[in-house]
Amino acid sequence: MIAPNTLRMEKSASPGLVPVGPPSPGRALLTVNDLHVHFVQAGGVTRAVEGVSFSVRQGQILALVGESGCGKSATALALMRLLARPAGRVVKGEVLFDGVDLLKLSEAEMRERRGRDISMIFQEPMTSLNPVLSIGEQLMEPLIAHLGMNKQAARARSIDLLTMVGLTDPERRLEQYPHHLSGGMRQRVMIAMGLACNPKLIIADEPTTALDVTIQAQILELMRDLSRRLNIALIIITHNLGIVARYADSVNVMYAARLVERGDADAIFARSSHPYTVGLIDSIPRLDRPRQGRLSTIEGMPPDLMALPAGCRFAPRCPHRVDKCDHDPSLVAVEPGHLSACWRAGELVTGALQARATATDALLSIGPATAPVRVTVQELKRHFKVSAGRGWFSGAATVKAVDGVSFDIRQGETLGLVGESGCGKSTIGRAILNLDAVTAGSIIIDGQNIADKRAREVRRRTQVIFQDPFSSLNPRMSVSEIIGEPLAVYKFEPDAQRIEARVQELLGQVGLMPYMAERYPHELSGGQRQRVGIARALALKPSIIVCDEPVSALDVSIQGQIINLLDELQQRLGLTYLFIAHDLAVVRHISHRVAVMYLGRIMELADRDELYRNPRHPYTQLLLDAAPVPDPVIERGRRPRVAKGELPSPINQPKGCVFSTRCPMATVECSQAVPALRQIADGHYVACIKVEPC
Amino acid sequence: MLTYVAKRLLMTIPTLLGAAVLIFFMLRVVPGDVIEVKLRGDGASVTQDVIDAERRRLGLDKPLPEQFTSWIAGLTRLDPGLSMWTGKPVVDEMSVRLPLSIQVAVMGALIATLIAVPMGTLSALYRDSPIDYLLRIFSLVGLAVPAFWFGMVMILLLLWLFNWLPPVIYTPFHVDPIANLSQLIWPALVVGIRYAAVVARMVRSSVIEVMKEDYIRTARAKGLAEKVIIIRHAMKNAMLPAITVIGLEFAFLMGGLVVTEQVFNLNGIGQLFVQAVAHRDFVLVQNIVMFIAAVFVFTNLAVDLLYAAIDPRIRYR
Ligand SMILES: Nc1ncnc2c1ncn2[C@@H]1O[C@H](COP(=O)(O)OP(=O)(O)OP(=O)(O)O)[C@@H](O)[C@H]1O
Ligand code: SF4
Ligand code: SF4
Ligand SMILES: [Mg+2]
Repeated sequence: MIAPNTLRMEKSASPGLVPVGPPSPGRALLTVNDLHVHFVQAGGVTRAVEGVSFSVRQGQILALVGESGCGKSATALALMRLLARPAGRVVKGEVLFDGVDLLKLSEAEMRERRGRDISMIFQEPMTSLNPVLSIGEQLMEPLIAHLGMNKQAARARSIDLLTMVGLTDPERRLEQYPHHLSGGMRQRVMIAMGLACNPKLIIADEPTTALDVTIQAQILELMRDLSRRLNIALIIITHNLGIVARYADSVNVMYAARLVERGDADAIFARSSHPYTVGLIDSIPRLDRPRQGRLSTIEGMPPDLMALPAGCRFAPRCPHRVDKCDHDPSLVAVEPGHLSACWRAGELVTGALQARATATDALLSIGPATAPVRVTVQELKRHFKVSAGRGWFSGAATVKAVDGVSFDIRQGETLGLVGESGCGKSTIGRAILNLDAVTAGSIIIDGQNIADKRAREVRRRTQVIFQDPFSSLNPRMSVSEIIGEPLAVYKFEPDAQRIEARVQELLGQVGLMPYMAERYPHELSGGQRQRVGIARALALKPSIIVCDEPVSALDVSIQGQIINLLDELQQRLGLTYLFIAHDLAVVRHISHRVAVMYLGRIMELADRDELYRNPRHPYTQLLLDAAPVPDPVIERGRRPRVAKGELPSPINQPKGCVFSTRCPMATVECSQAVPALRQIADGHYVACIKVEPC
Repeated sequence: MLTYVAKRLLMTIPTLLGAAVLIFFMLRVVPGDVIEVKLRGDGASVTQDVIDAERRRLGLDKPLPEQFTSWIAGLTRLDPGLSMWTGKPVVDEMSVRLPLSIQVAVMGALIATLIAVPMGTLSALYRDSPIDYLLRIFSLVGLAVPAFWFGMVMILLLLWLFNWLPPVIYTPFHVDPIANLSQLIWPALVVGIRYAAVVARMVRSSVIEVMKEDYIRTARAKGLAEKVIIIRHAMKNAMLPAITVIGLEFAFLMGGLVVTEQVFNLNGIGQLFVQAVAHRDFVLVQNIVMFIAAVFVFTNLAVDLLYAAIDPRIRYR
């Protein structure tokens, strides 16, 4: 079967211009032509995918990027013919796999190909495996169904597969159930399942989004390695441009159900020729560049796929809009192998149109080192009793969620708290908010111990912004009720009129329109909901705000808007932040000082620039290595060291240094005593015995 | 596992004891006693002396705590005492009626499960299809219509269609299965239909939920046949909540046999209970209620064990 013209173009391009990684330009394995997917519901038709075309060669890694709701997963599910029934349907298009149109096959013929020729790996490792079937049963299923193996053969092959994906003790794993495994291990099982029948193509839908950075790096390295070694084509769906830069050969950018740009990874990053791509790349905080002042953002929100604007879909948010943009631009080549759907792509690719935001001056001056200390946390411990063991003698074990943490935060400062999930970040946040008892230690805010009953005033001054803007707002309250509630509870304003006025003022402060006061949470977008959460936190005029992962549930472009808002509010209102997050680049962008946590302890604490320029603790170094940077050239230049192993169970903490089980520098001494947090340079603290003061 | 079972069995003791306390003392609050009903029931005048003597004979003059402890002591020896009305051992009174009631209950549960599981599953898989509407009507009717009405309609139908009525004399199954079933299948159907309505609703909603789970999508992506996906991947998960309802309803059903037995004129435990209450035969009443409580507790235990056997996430603690 002859590939469509777009593909021919790519072929002719590959020798000269851009060297595309290892895969040789073989024939197209999968070609998608003009795919249209609709979801038909009572409320109307959602046009989830409109005219998407692309193709993948054997051994090639193709990335599909875009913000949530732009149709990435719908595309992938359409290829597999697994769209949610009955709403989802492919209304038009062709999916040629090995020359056969998958959309024309009977269900039985398609079933034969699923899991054998094409496998799929999903985002949620926690829910994608069946909880009541053992790993072995689930892994052997496709082997028995597709390859007709008997039990013994399937079992032997399963053991091989588990070894191949790097799981230790494979025989025992086969007998285990999903709840025995961590998220990273489950994702490895999913990959093993995907590889079981030697597929030609694996589609991975956000395979690492639910995982921690160090585990994410392990999984992606594994997938790339397997794809290269076994010559498997890989379609990675992601919203993380760092992952794209590190792993993809070819990139497809989607916006509002359409492809807006396609090209080799280098071209996409170096010569982005669609304003949306430019905006995406610019709106993420970068670890590889000096910190900018404001993040440049894409203003506004993606359009509603039920009511699409005419003309260029990006036009309402596009800074380069011209009259011509009222007409639909089509996806055309701007240079060989590089396509863009923008009238001004030519100007963008040649640089005639300056799209890149120029770095503004740092808004945030470093270290208000002389400001008074507002928050002091001393030797904070929070231990949870959990039951462990079995039978009559099940004993109680202790989870040391936070184990001896001390730090302080000065007026107007942002202290960033980073670490992988379960390291105790949120527990510290809850303790500062006095939402949770502490086991030992003290928290002093403005000279008052917050455990003191009389510290009500201090508690008013300390507020919180949560991660999940969905679940933290009461769905049955309107925006104005949500924001006004603390005002009424604390009798902060004398009457309803004044409350109303204050609500309007707060809406203005967080950049929401006055009319949104009457809306309900489900009528708002994720970013707007987070703004409501911020307005609610600001209602009582607090001076200290605990931000617990405030942007991690948001899309890149929205994330930038919220970070800028938090930054601005800090300047304007003199706020002090404790900023909890797992994204190192976001933390670097917003914090003055940063504390890195691991298993309930602080590993390293330093001024932001010092920490990122000169990380001394092995864990900090691994974290920084694991985080991919959205620049393929830089990514190709570095060989990321991947942290080995998994986070130990919090019940059986390693003796001595808690990081010793995964530390590349660990020796016997490390497990003898808990290393103290020592100052090795001015304001730079490290808890590692191998680090010498400079 | 064994220690878990042992532990759970031990834990039933305080539960049952608590139930016994409640039953015993709540009954004593009910006005009137068996002696008044027996001796003054037909308006005859009886001297206080006679009544006091009778009370002494039945041990009703003793303080309540003492009566209670002697009942419990008897229970532990499997000797629940004598009926206050007939003077026969409670064990005899109950054991002639129990087989019938248990058979009706078990048959009802079987019928319900056999109807409800496939029906609920089908209607979940073919949502908004005629099958689904049929089930939804069935379960609405099943829930809304009272058992006695069902029973009466059934009797009338039998009479009208076949000019035949089920036998009134109980024949044990092992003696004559045909005679046994021709008597008991009808009440079993009546309780079973209601029971099935409840369970089918549960099965339907739990299958719908499970079919939306990510692991079902994973199973599809593996290229498994739909049949395998439903039976191996979906049913095992969907049965977990259904088992709870089946168990709970079984216990309720035992308690609810009163009406059905009345309608079909069956001499079962429900009838016995009604008579015992009318006679203020406290000993008999408290033992029947105690028996129902025990059924409740042990079905619960069985459900939990079954649950743990199916769901590996449940630890035996
Ligand atoms: N109520 C609780 N009972 C038992 N263990 C708990 C409880 N709350 C937290 N933990 C444990 O404490 C540890 C730290 O929890 P915490 O939520 O503070 O981590 P985190 O770093 O914020 O994680 P994430 O990034 O996933 O939100 C975890 O091991 C968690 O399982
Ligand atoms: S076509 Fe116009 S509106 Fe659309 S992205 Fe290009 S310049 Fe912007
Ligand atoms: S103390 Fe030892 S194990 Fe811990 S971080 Fe330092 S070198 Fe690694
Ligand atoms: Mg957290």
